[in-house]
Amino acid sequence: MRRTFLLEIVMIVVAVAFLFPVYALVTLSLKDPSQIARTPLALPAPPTGDNFAKAWSAAALGPSLMNSTVITAVSLVALIALGSFAAYYLARAKSHLGYGLYVLFLLGIVLPFQLGMIPLYQLVTDLGLIGTHAGMILFYTGIQLPFTVFLYTGFIRALPREYASAAQIDGASHLTAFTKVVFPLLRPITGTVLILNAVFIWNDFFTPLLYLGGSGYETVPVSVFAFVGQYVSDHGLVFAGLVLGALPIVVLFLLLQRYVIKGFASGLKG
Amino acid sequence: MTMTATRAGTTARRRPGRRRIATLSPSWLFAAPALVVYAAVVLYPSVAGTLYAFTDWSGIGADRSFIGLENFRAMLHDDQAMGSIGNTLLLTVAVVVVQNGVGLLLALGVHAKLRSRALLRVVFFAPVVVSPVMVAFLWKYIYNPDPSAGLNGLLGLRVDWLGDPSLALWSIAGTVVWQYAGYSMVIFLAGLEGVPKELHEAAMIDGAGAWQRFRYVTWPLLAPAVTVNLMLSTIGGLKLFDQVFAATNGGPGYATETLSTVLYKQAFVFGKFGYSTAVALVLAIFVAAVSLVQIHYTRGREVAQ
Repeated sequence: MRRTFLLEIVMIVVAVAFLFPVYALVTLSLKDPSQIARTPLALPAPPTGDNFAKAWSAAALGPSLMNSTVITAVSLVALIALGSFAAYYLARAKSHLGYGLYVLFLLGIVLPFQLGMIPLYQLVTDLGLIGTHAGMILFYTGIQLPFTVFLYTGFIRALPREYASAAQIDGASHLTAFTKVVFPLLRPITGTVLILNAVFIWNDFFTPLLYLGGSGYETVPVSVFAFVGQYVSDHGLVFAGLVLGALPIVVLFLLLQRYVIKGFASGLKG
Repeated sequence: MTMTATRAGTTARRRPGRRRIATLSPSWLFAAPALVVYAAVVLYPSVAGTLYAFTDWSGIGADRSFIGLENFRAMLHDDQAMGSIGNTLLLTVAVVVVQNGVGLLLALGVHAKLRSRALLRVVFFAPVVVSPVMVAFLWKYIYNPDPSAGLNGLLGLRVDWLGDPSLALWSIAGTVVWQYAGYSMVIFLAGLEGVPKELHEAAMIDGAGAWQRFRYVTWPLLAPAVTVNLMLSTIGGLKLFDQVFAATNGGPGYATETLSTVLYKQAFVFGKFGYSTAVALVLAIFVAAVSLVQIHYTRGREVAQ
């Protein structure tokens, strides 16, 4: 009993130290420049909300949140649809073709996207999709398919075949058997696919910087990057922008924390 | 898709009988849409990128010629590129060791029956879901050289964390560890939850102390979690870009350049697309080598089980 009590104290002290950057983030965002200069570590006295109002418009966070939401949501729908369909074939096929295609998809997990970065940039430019939502959605769907297919295939392989067979005996095609019977059974892994891909897409920076920088369709990380570059010396304003930029995903995490932690903990256990 | 449906449907009808239908596989057309997107976004660009690594392409027009290994030879005499290979490897080793060490300690801590365990898990994991660029900007301030602000103010130091070339790389490693130790923690935690309580009780009855129980009961059963954590942190470390780009952009000098920042600059600042893809190919070889080693060990363990 005493040992857990001591451990509890130690862990709480560690957590408080761990949260120091968050303390600095929140308190600075609530201070005006003179307070920051005089007492950078103290609590804001009095706190001011001016930074937040200014950061919201200066970083164009409204439109960026919209762009991030559209790109993330459509990419997730495409990934779940294409990924689960492909995995249904890859998990059930007994041919060499099925195995070969599975290995081909797995190769995508190993290849860093930087290798194809320039030819892909060229391709997306040729298609006229630079600076558009569609270009980003195409990119995320392609780049995250290997991982998505890997998760779905592993899960479907562990499912008994009898569910789909029973539907087929009743006259259903493979397509109907999959959409009506198999897909609903994939809910746990669909949840994992959703969470891991959503966090990746929402926070991704490199490619949206290349494709969307200066287009007016920037996602949140790209807008925040440009905003920080512009107001770099005004720490209070910059931190208010960071708080606003991080808030949506942090709130979503706090609401769904059990599922998110579970998803990350189980994601790559092959 | 409609075609798939009818074809699969008619085949099923043509061959009645339980056995046959039960073993019928779906058509490959199920995988076709995914394959098209995957080929366009990953396969074709990766093959083309590999080929560009052997050309002098400048990115403007189609003007490029095959120059063999010239880009790789140039890399050997390029301080920025060679430095970035060393930095990438050092950064990766530091992140892998510290992130997983801290992650394991945190996991052991919150695995115990603490009243605040649920809250502690949420606190330590929270930075994982935030954009690395934003975390890097936050830490850029925490690493402020001003002696009264940030980490210096807290600890009473006068250190230029990101401005001192001998320190900057380790400061960036610190940012990465702070953000992702919680990720390692939850993977270790999942491993710890899979260790049967009976084994611990049996070891305790046999008189094993806390360290012995960890070393001989928990640790061997954590092997899968260790593999996953090592793989994730190694590949993440090798590809590191966002944090460096936002915090130092490779500086001071070349002190924090990584393979990813160098290949970015070579392509989009200097327009040396051929040379940039050569650097990308080196990165790809590192990542692939690590993945293959991991797959080998994972397979070995599965066989042993």
